[in-house]
Amino acid sequence: MSQTNKNLQEPLLEVSNLIQHFRVSRSFTVKAVNGVSFNIYPGETYGLVGESGSGKTTIGRSVIRLYQPTSGSVRFQGREIAGKLDGETREVLRKDMQMIFQDPMASLNPRKKVEDIIGEGLMIHGLAKDRKERQQLVGDMLKKVGLSPEHAARYPHQFSGGQRQRVGIARALIMNPKLIIADECISALDVSIQAQVVNLMKDIQEETHCAYLFIAHDLSMVKYISDRIGVLHLGYMVEAGTKEEIFSNPVHPYTKSLLSAIPHPNPEVERHRTAVAYDYASSGIDYAAGTKHSVGGSHVVLGTDEEIRTWTA
Amino acid sequence: MSENKTILNIRDLDISFKTNAGTVHAIRGVNLDLQKGETVAIVGESGSGKSVTMKAAMGLLDANATVNRGEILYTYTDEKGQETTVDLLKLPKKQLRQHYNGQRIAMVFQDPMTSLDPTMTIGKQIMEGMFLHKNMSKEAAKARALELLQLVGITDAEKRFKNYPHQLSGGMRQRVVIAIALSADPDILICDEPTTALDVTIQARILELIMDIQENMKLSVIYITHDLGVVAKVADYVNVMYAGKIVEVGNVNEIFFEPKHPYTWGLLSAMPDLETEDDRLYSIPGSPPNLLHEPKGDAFAARNQFALAIDEKAEPPLFQVSPTHWAATWLLHPDAPKVEIPPELQARLERARKEAEKYL
Amino acid sequence: MEKGYIPSKEDFTLLQRQDLYTDTNFASQSYWKSVAMHFFKNRRAVIGLVIILLIILFAAIGPSMNEFGYRDIVQYRNENNKRVVAKGIAPQIPALHKLFTGEELEGNFSQYTFLFGTDDLGRDLWTRTWYGARVSLLIAFVTIIIDMIIGMSYGLVSGYFGGLTDNVMQRFVEIANSVPRLVIVSVLAIFMPKGMGLVIVALLLTEWIGMSKIARAEMLKIKEQEYVLASRTLGAGHGHIIFRQILPNTIGPIITQVMFSIPTAIFTEAFLSFVGVGIALPQCSVGTLIEDGFNNITTLPYQILPPIIVLALLMLGFNFIGDGLREALAPKLEDM
Repeated sequence: MSQTNKNLQEPLLEVSNLIQHFRVSRSFTVKAVNGVSFNIYPGETYGLVGESGSGKTTIGRSVIRLYQPTSGSVRFQGREIAGKLDGETREVLRKDMQMIFQDPMASLNPRKKVEDIIGEGLMIHGLAKDRKERQQLVGDMLKKVGLSPEHAARYPHQFSGGQRQRVGIARALIMNPKLIIADECISALDVSIQAQVVNLMKDIQEETHCAYLFIAHDLSMVKYISDRIGVLHLGYMVEAGTKEEIFSNPVHPYTKSLLSAIPHPNPEVERHRTAVAYDYASSGIDYAAGTKHSVGGSHVVLGTDEEIRTWTA
Repeated sequence: MSENKTILNIRDLDISFKTNAGTVHAIRGVNLDLQKGETVAIVGESGSGKSVTMKAAMGLLDANATVNRGEILYTYTDEKGQETTVDLLKLPKKQLRQHYNGQRIAMVFQDPMTSLDPTMTIGKQIMEGMFLHKNMSKEAAKARALELLQLVGITDAEKRFKNYPHQLSGGMRQRVVIAIALSADPDILICDEPTTALDVTIQARILELIMDIQENMKLSVIYITHDLGVVAKVADYVNVMYAGKIVEVGNVNEIFFEPKHPYTWGLLSAMPDLETEDDRLYSIPGSPPNLLHEPKGDAFAARNQFALAIDEKAEPPLFQVSPTHWAATWLLHPDAPKVEIPPELQARLERARKEAEKYL
Repeated sequence: MEKGYIPSKEDFTLLQRQDLYTDTNFASQSYWKSVAMHFFKNRRAVIGLVIILLIILFAAIGPSMNEFGYRDIVQYRNENNKRVVAKGIAPQIPALHKLFTGEELEGNFSQYTFLFGTDDLGRDLWTRTWYGARVSLLIAFVTIIIDMIIGMSYGLVSGYFGGLTDNVMQRFVEIANSVPRLVIVSVLAIFMPKGMGLVIVALLLTEWIGMSKIARAEMLKIKEQEYVLASRTLGAGHGHIIFRQILPNTIGPIITQVMFSIPTAIFTEAFLSFVGVGIALPQCSVGTLIEDGFNNITTLPYQILPPIIVLALLMLGFNFIGDGLREALAPKLEDM
């Protein structure tokens, strides 16, 4: 998908200074997300990349309001959704924003038939006249994701992981959403099945022009599917930009270490590759002290003035 | 230089599982060699049988498994200095556990959180193996444990000795698991997806650690994985497994630069390449077969766009491509039509070869 | 393995396939079918099931198998116009007696077959035992079903909302749980006439707690699962999520708990009747029969045996079933 011209379009999703903290006990708070900001435009794919503990899943769940953000603003289609939701906003949110989950084993209700799982959204919002129409819509959706309509009467445990993910995609897609948050939705799948699912997602995007927030830790897959990328570490967005900007000119040392850690399916190259080491604790960098600096185009990096100067020298 | 002695030899292994739904023919005739000092990778996806094959060698098969035929021959030097060969499948489980598991053949599992006992300090867990297999005194065991912790790259070994698993990060826990595996000086280390649960920045370090240890301690290592990046980094020889059989085997360069089996083509093409601007990733359609209903002929035929009529009638034998490279596909039969590697993959392999030339 | 297949030239042609793209593999066993299979392989569970089914069968048809009703006193007037009542007759089966001894049975009521004998008032114990079993079972089933509904809902709601709601609801449970059953019954006895009503209310007030704990525990396990999150992102309301998404996944452990609660209910009823707070005469239940029989335990021991054995079998049977269910429902590795 080519990069959309931002000047002419309103962002579909605007996240500003999102903070998400979880109070675990009187003395201990998990600071999962610390002031993250990014925008997503209609029809594009935004890749959110990071390792465990980076806060990427939390961001996804906060955006779709499974959690209430501790502070910050999340605007979806122009409406503020970070605070208390009124009925109309909630209705819009629950229809136009959908999520695909990570674990194919746990994301489908084991006691429900596939047709009930996929049709749940239709049932809740009354989008189908009657059972027959719902079954029809579900059957169409099954075909679209590469399964056959006779699968509708079966239960999740009768399918493989890749097939279950397709059911999850169908469940999200049948609502005709404008934004789909894909929370590590391919991480639990075999490599060849990952390719199938990613191709399917691209096809869907071409047909419906929906936008994706693609959350993942596999950088090569993120580069393949995303238009723009945000790099997360310990709850901060340390670098963001188009995929070309990030991959051809990584500035932040964490991004550099992440890129150098990508394995190549090339034995000779792989044996000689050394990853750039990066340890936050001993690096002397304090993310909280940094601010967003632009380093060209839409490429931004988090850091103090001095750090930016060193890294871009 | 490896001594070219075969220390583990799996011959015609055939295993079935009895389940509520019927009999699953999980391993259908697997042959595999491991030579001293080498690293062999078994590559396959879920359900291919790669883990089951090595669990058979360790005597860790579930109760409902039946070994229909085959042998796993392990050659080693016993306490008297004699070289002996045993068939691990014929040994009683008790003997396997007392004399072989941990002591000669050790295994590193995927999830470090569940491989470690959460109620024991890690120091104690490392020493446990030594008490069991080597009858060491407490002081000697502790000294060796600290040595091992340092060997696996845990710097403040004294402090970590008293830690519990939940106090360590994922990467550190995996290092501890490796230390435990090495504590009894095994000949063979089997690593079952050792880096899948770890962050990508830690993965390379764990693999490099294992490679270092391998060189110092003259270990032979078997990796079970679905990650081709891991294979490219560590393997000398690669076995590609599908539906309970090995469909291609060769040294690592042959598999990555000159693959011959359509499944291997599929695996290589399914990884996104940082260089291509391809709009679509080539993906193998469908899912792996359900081995409850064993397919007739080639198990891969249903998903193979290059399937031949004979693939539905008979399973292909291994055809030789080079002294070290075999592939089980009818496409290599002299009568088969000429089928070229798909152009995208061809282009990718060209690029890969050019890049590799920089290092050769 | 097709060893020895000799290929022909035609075999080496490409199958140009177009239909590679639709997934057709899937495993074939339904969940409840595999639970059933597991259950029926368990010998004890099957024995328990058979026992319970037999008792239910006899409870249903036993009382009508002979000519006596449960309150019929077997009596007649003799030549002096005195009432002769068939009281205290040990079990007798005239036909068998003739078979074994070759003689006719003697006694005033020798023409009747009293399989379990008669009680002190001259009533046939076979009929009363099975009638009593019927009453006991009915009370037990009714209260347990209601308790299941109340307890399950309470536990599910408490666990779902968590936080303050859960805290308050659980404190209430703790208080309710700490009051001994006898105290509850005694207090009830002040306000209510003794009888089936009292027993049912007493059971209702106590058995729901166990159910709610199980339901709450299951809810806590399930509520963070991704399929529940998916329902939330689709906009489902709380009621929909609790009762239509999560509840079906908790049915297994709840049914198991039901199987264990029924014997408790039966025993509680028996106990209450035994101490005299339960069923009113001439209604009988297993408990009242035991009480009646207890009075003559040293002289006419046969009177207490049938109800005690039925009680024991009921409790054993349901416990076996409950154990078997719990095992069959235990999570196993799914498909291969």
